[in-house]
This record gives sequence, structure tokens and C-alpha cells, in this order.
Amino acid sequence: MATDQSAEIPAATITPYPDGPYLVRGDFVVTDQEGNPLSTERRTIALCRCGKSRMRPLCDGTHKLIGFKAPSAPEPWPGE
Amino acid sequence: MAGRVIELPAPRGPLGEQLFEALEGPPSGHIAAPTEIDCADPIADEDLQLALYIAYELHYTAIRGVDEGWEWSPVLLAFRAALERPFEEAVAELVPPAEAAELESVGAALQQIVAEDPGPPLSRYMETQGTREQMLEHVVHRSAYQLKEADPHSWAIPRLSPRPKAAMLEVQFDEYGGGSSERMHSVLFAKTMAALGLDAAYGAYLDRLPGVTLATVNLLTGFGLQRRRRGAAVGHLAAFEMTSSIPNRRYGNALRRLGFGREVTHFYDEHVEADAVHENIAAWDLAGGLAADEPEVAADILFGARALLQLEARWASHLMNAWEGGETSLRAPVVPVPA
Repeated sequence: MATDQSAEIPAATITPYPDGPYLVRGDFVVTDQEGNPLSTERRTIALCRCGKSRMRPLCDGTHKLIGFKAPSAPEPWPGE
Repeated sequence: MAGRVIELPAPRGPLGEQLFEALEGPPSGHIAAPTEIDCADPIADEDLQLALYIAYELHYTAIRGVDEGWEWSPVLLAFRAALERPFEEAVAELVPPAEAAELESVGAALQQIVAEDPGPPLSRYMETQGTREQMLEHVVHRSAYQLKEADPHSWAIPRLSPRPKAAMLEVQFDEYGGGSSERMHSVLFAKTMAALGLDAAYGAYLDRLPGVTLATVNLLTGFGLQRRRRGAAVGHLAAFEMTSSIPNRRYGNALRRLGFGREVTHFYDEHVEADAVHENIAAWDLAGGLAADEPEVAADILFGARALLQLEARWASHLMNAWEGGETSLRAPVVPVPA
């Protein structure tokens, strides 16, 4: 996990991985709109970023089958 | 659950006869290291792969009737090296050298390598057509690794610099159940085996496993035990995680189609969610982090990934060819006992 040593350690981090999901680490809870928490026992979870997972909001690896492409860093504005 | 103990298997040729006979004596004993091993296909050679597997098992488990002092016996290590040599050469012949462009982004290169997986569509076959007997055989083959899942890669941990080490630990902590032995992946696999009526004891099916199956584990043990192969061990883990979530969903679907419940499918379902997390950490933070810190092992990271896929392809082809011919893919069929 890439961490910025100079900054204070945040309570939670969300990291988009190249061509893959968002990894969420730290002290967090994922809920639905009603506030019901997502049941998961792992410390680090992967949230779907391609939209095609069959167990959303979690990632199931489907992005590899559909050729999903997205960088980890923010995409530039058009024309930049 | 007690500590691991296995029985010495029946030898499959002169290498095994020589090794297993020596192991029944004191570790001060002599084993004449073979100067040249003559086998046409080391990856699938029954005698060589079983002898190598047992030489490596001394690091993982007790073997009934074998003095534990054999583990680091110089004569044992010399004998083992003679077995490793032809195996390593045969694997190297299957793996093209890494290209310079690949070494610029090991994470991206790993994505490309797994996208070009050379193996036959075993998980798709199992999902749509596999029979109950074939699924049980698949589980028995996999028991060679899954009952010690994560252990061989863990040998690389102390050999890594801080960033890849932290990434490896993030993956392995989850593999080992996140602090709960009940959720440990090797324990989940044992539960799946028991629920299928199979013997979940470590090493119970060793006599039934063909050389081509043992080779998939020997490859990894060889990487794990040697510091100089830390890159290959990391690349193996990355490719393993990157080719896990989709096949495991299919194996879970196969078992559901065959009428099995959650107690059987849990191991596979757990791997869909877990490895969708792990594959990213393994490719980018672990493998990418190691390549950044130690560029001299970057090529070996890709070697480990490609070697895994090649040996998995050999193994999967063996299963599908055997089944196509209406035969068992094991050395002897398995008869499950209803749980």
C-alpha cells in the first residue's frame, strides 16, 4: 500500500488500482441507503469500479473479462 | 487439529526407492546423488516429481518413521539438487525471457501475462459440464497445495524490503484467516473436502496424485525455499491471485449445479471476494514494489508468473485429456465416503 509518510495517517484510504477496483483500507463501514452495513469480515475490501461485478458493490474480478481500463491517478480534463 | 504427519508413499521408480529407503534410516546415512537423471519429460515424470515432493515435504511436515534431522542433511540437499536441476531446466524451456518494455511496469506486464493464459478452459468446462466424479478428482488434485495454502509463499516474507513485505503480509494475513483459524483458507479447503466425503488429512491422497500435479507444488516450493528466487515466488503469488477469482466463481457454480450446499462451496465463494482484493495488492504493491526496490529481480518476477501459468496449463490439459478418454485423471480413482 502506497502511503504518504509526510502526512498524518488517515482513518481510511480509498485507492483506485490500475484497470481494477477501489481498495478500501482502514476504519470504515460500507452501508446501503438505509444505513444497513455491508457484511464483510476482511480488513481490506475491493469495491467494483467497472460496474459489471456480479456481487456489487464488491469486486469479483469481472473487470478483467470486459477489458476495463482506468488509471490509478485522476484522469486529465479533455484537452489537457 | 494436530500437527501434520504424512506416510512415506510408495516409490515410483529408482529415485524414490533410493530416497525413501535412506529416509527410513538415520540422517547421518548416505544417499548417492544421481549424476545424471535420464527422463524425457521431467515436469510429468512420476519418479522424479514424487521424490522431489518428499524431499521438500521435510520442510512442511513430519513423515512417519523419518527422523526430522533429515530436513537439513547435506546428503539430502545434494540429492534434492540433482532432482531440481532437470526440472528447473524443463520449466525454463517453457518460459520466454522477459522483454525490456515489460520490466518498466511489472504490474502492467503481469496483467498482460495473465490475459494470455495458455491453459485450457478447465473452470468453464467444470461450470457447464463437469461431473460429480470429475469435481471430486479436481479437489483431490488441488489438496496437494490447498491444504498448505499460502505456506510456500510465506517463506519469501523475511527476504523482502518494507513496501513489498507489507503488501505480502496484507495478502497473507487474509489467506491465514485474518486472525481466525476457522477462516484460514487451508482450513476452509479441509472443510470442503470433508463435506464432499473426502479424507481431509494432509497428504492423504499423495499416492493418487500424478507427477504433473506434484510439479505444480514443487515449482512453488523451490521458489519459496530459495532467497535467490524471491522474485519468482512473488510473481507466482501475483499470477496465482490474478487467475483466481473468476475460476473460483465457476467452481462454486459447478458445485451448486451438482447439488452441493454452502458447506462445500464456501471455500470457492470466499476466494472470489478475497482474491479480487489480493490480485491488485499482489500485482502492484507486492510485485511492483519489489521491482522498484530491487530491479535486478524484476525479470524473475515475470518468470515466476509465466512458469505458474505453464505448469497449470500442463496440469489442466492432463485432467481434460484423461476425462475426454473416459479415464480417471488420478493414479487411482477416489471413492468418497458420505459425510
